[in-house]
Amino acid sequence: MARVTTKPASAGNSREFDLANVALREVNRFLHQDAANEGVAQVRVLNPDGAHSVACGLNAELEVEVDGNVGYYLAGMNKLARVTVNGNAGPGAAENMMSGLVRVRGYASTGAGASAHGGCLVIEGDASLRCGISLKGGDIVVGGSVGSFSAFMAQAGRIVICGDAGDALGDSLYEAVIYIRGDVRSLGADARFEPMTDQDLAAVKELLTTAGFKHAPGEFRRIASAKSLYHWNADANQEY
Amino acid sequence: MAAHQADAAAAGAPPHRLRTEESWGYDRRNIDYIQHAAATGLYEIRGMGAKRHLPHFDDLLFLGASLSRYPLEGYRERCSTRTILGTRYAKRPIELAMPITIAGMSFGSLSARVKEALGRAATEAGTSTTTGDGGMTEEERRSSKTLVYQCLPSRYGFNPDDVRRADAIEIVIGQGAKPGGGGMLLGQKVNPRVAAMRTLPAGIDQRSACRHPDWTGPDDLVIKIQELREITDWEKPIYVKIGATRVFNDVKLCVHAGADVIVVDGMQGGTAATQTVFIEHIGIPTLAAVRQAVDALEDLNMRGKVQLVVSGGIRSGADIAKALAMGADAVAIGQGMLVALGCNSESWVRPDGRHVSAVADYATLGTAPGYCHHCHTGRCPVGLTTQDAALELRLEPAIGARRVRNYLKTLNMELATVARACGKQDVHHLEKEDLVALTVEAAAMAGVPLAGTSWIPGVARRPEGD
Ligand code: SF4
Repeated sequence: MARVTTKPASAGNSREFDLANVALREVNRFLHQDAANEGVAQVRVLNPDGAHSVACGLNAELEVEVDGNVGYYLAGMNKLARVTVNGNAGPGAAENMMSGLVRVRGYASTGAGASAHGGCLVIEGDASLRCGISLKGGDIVVGGSVGSFSAFMAQAGRIVICGDAGDALGDSLYEAVIYIRGDVRSLGADARFEPMTDQDLAAVKELLTTAGFKHAPGEFRRIASAKSLYHWNADANQEY
Repeated sequence: MAAHQADAAAAGAPPHRLRTEESWGYDRRNIDYIQHAAATGLYEIRGMGAKRHLPHFDDLLFLGASLSRYPLEGYRERCSTRTILGTRYAKRPIELAMPITIAGMSFGSLSARVKEALGRAATEAGTSTTTGDGGMTEEERRSSKTLVYQCLPSRYGFNPDDVRRADAIEIVIGQGAKPGGGGMLLGQKVNPRVAAMRTLPAGIDQRSACRHPDWTGPDDLVIKIQELREITDWEKPIYVKIGATRVFNDVKLCVHAGADVIVVDGMQGGTAATQTVFIEHIGIPTLAAVRQAVDALEDLNMRGKVQLVVSGGIRSGADIAKALAMGADAVAIGQGMLVALGCNSESWVRPDGRHVSAVADYATLGTAPGYCHHCHTGRCPVGLTTQDAALELRLEPAIGARRVRNYLKTLNMELATVARACGKQDVHHLEKEDLVALTVEAAAMAGVPLAGTSWIPGVARRPEGD
């Protein structure tokens, strides 16, 4: 296994890792344990070369910047940290995030932000299928479009889509809310358009500001659950 | 005169005619099923596992030691039951005093008091307990020395802090009672605490997903397991649990995916709420599943490297001994634990030890002790599978813990006794060679000879006298 060879980056309490020379396991362990002990607050990761699970399981207010494309589960289960990828991300980016901010400057593959409980995932490009699936309270802002089955079974949280959506958007939604600026190829079961309230406009404005996108909130439409699937056996006990 | 002849005679028919023969194809069970479907337009959902008769461990027997083997003395000679799980990659494998663990059951389906009782009993007995769909409760973390944290498709309440404070992580692909199906918790059990843990509105019927949100297929599972290892700095064992269907292939895929431990749950596995059609018609019996799992591990030369935990209808020390002899490293028990806590008992026990009859409450549900499968209603007459503030008080955690501990202790003693009789100093030394089958079906499924013969269906027979 490669030895940990780190060199201090320009800032005082920062560190740089080159994944071409250092094992991912060492980098993640540094982020989990040593960073706090050594007072390091900023970390730069070079040459990820599609590595999976980069910066996953973080649990501190770290600033992590990754230069290049990453594989699956970028910043998985993130808490508190701010992670930016100057590239594209594979499936499950920021899956099950609890808090913090994860930013993908390029595109994100399937299941971006899956089951995220909190925090904010910003995807500057497009997101693929099942973006925001099982969302549980996190926020997702997509600069481009999302693929089909996005927000499937999303329970809580907000998804802002600046572009278009594929088929079955918001299928089996619970309490999560989707805001979309472009076209929707089709809505999923139990999802419906609803009028935008002042509260919705404020929410979209807040999320666009966080993401750094300059659209007018008024251009977005709201999609939420019609709640007809909340009680699957509503007709039970009607013997005849 | 036989009863039906008497009936026929009373009705004025010739005495030799049979008037009250029940149809085999349209018996009362099937008539009731069709009429229920006709009345409601919905499938039935219920608790407990398969009720039909299936080939099971009951169909196997041990060949105790005699002249060709020495037995060990029952009370004097040591027989180890120590069990270690997760030795493949994890820095901190799980070490247990017995090969009997408590299976994953959710807070939501069970009350928090039941979870606490199970945790306390497991800790006292030196074994592990497991969370379930709905996350980890403080009660169970506090009470369980060794707690396995499940990562389920729904990801209800799944969070990195609990991943970090768990002792092992179990990725659940499926459950024996419903392979291919997601969970189900009917609105009557979704009280505010359960709802908050699952990030859902209280009182709604809650459908859990049947597929994981962030991976699909065995190649993705490799990467998912790696992620969980990275998050936990490669310290904790990763289990993968499958519902028994295509076990031979699935176990191989779990090994390939990097599992430390594989849990195979047969179709007799219990449930708190599943469609009856799933419970009775999907999956294969535990007996068949164990053999396929062991075959797969042997095929890959992974026996002993990846541990096998078997569950699904395991009730007694004999069941456990047979599972171990077939090649399992440990078992997990869910339904049996609930029975130990009083499921289907006529009474519940007050803190002062007095028994209070629950028969009337069973009757309200349309059932009786011994027949209850009404966990899905949330009105458990003995206070186990409920979220009702009054009903859950019927289980006193301290009393429940004592009963479960006694049950675990009995199982472990029975297991060791059987192992000694077979001449083993360690229960993990029990082997297939110690077993014979009572039925052709069991012989074929378990891959052991029919008792009194050298015949294993499906295996070429050796010439006589060989
Ligand atoms: S007694 Fe309780 S736990 Fe047992 S089957 Fe009935 S409802 Fe379920």
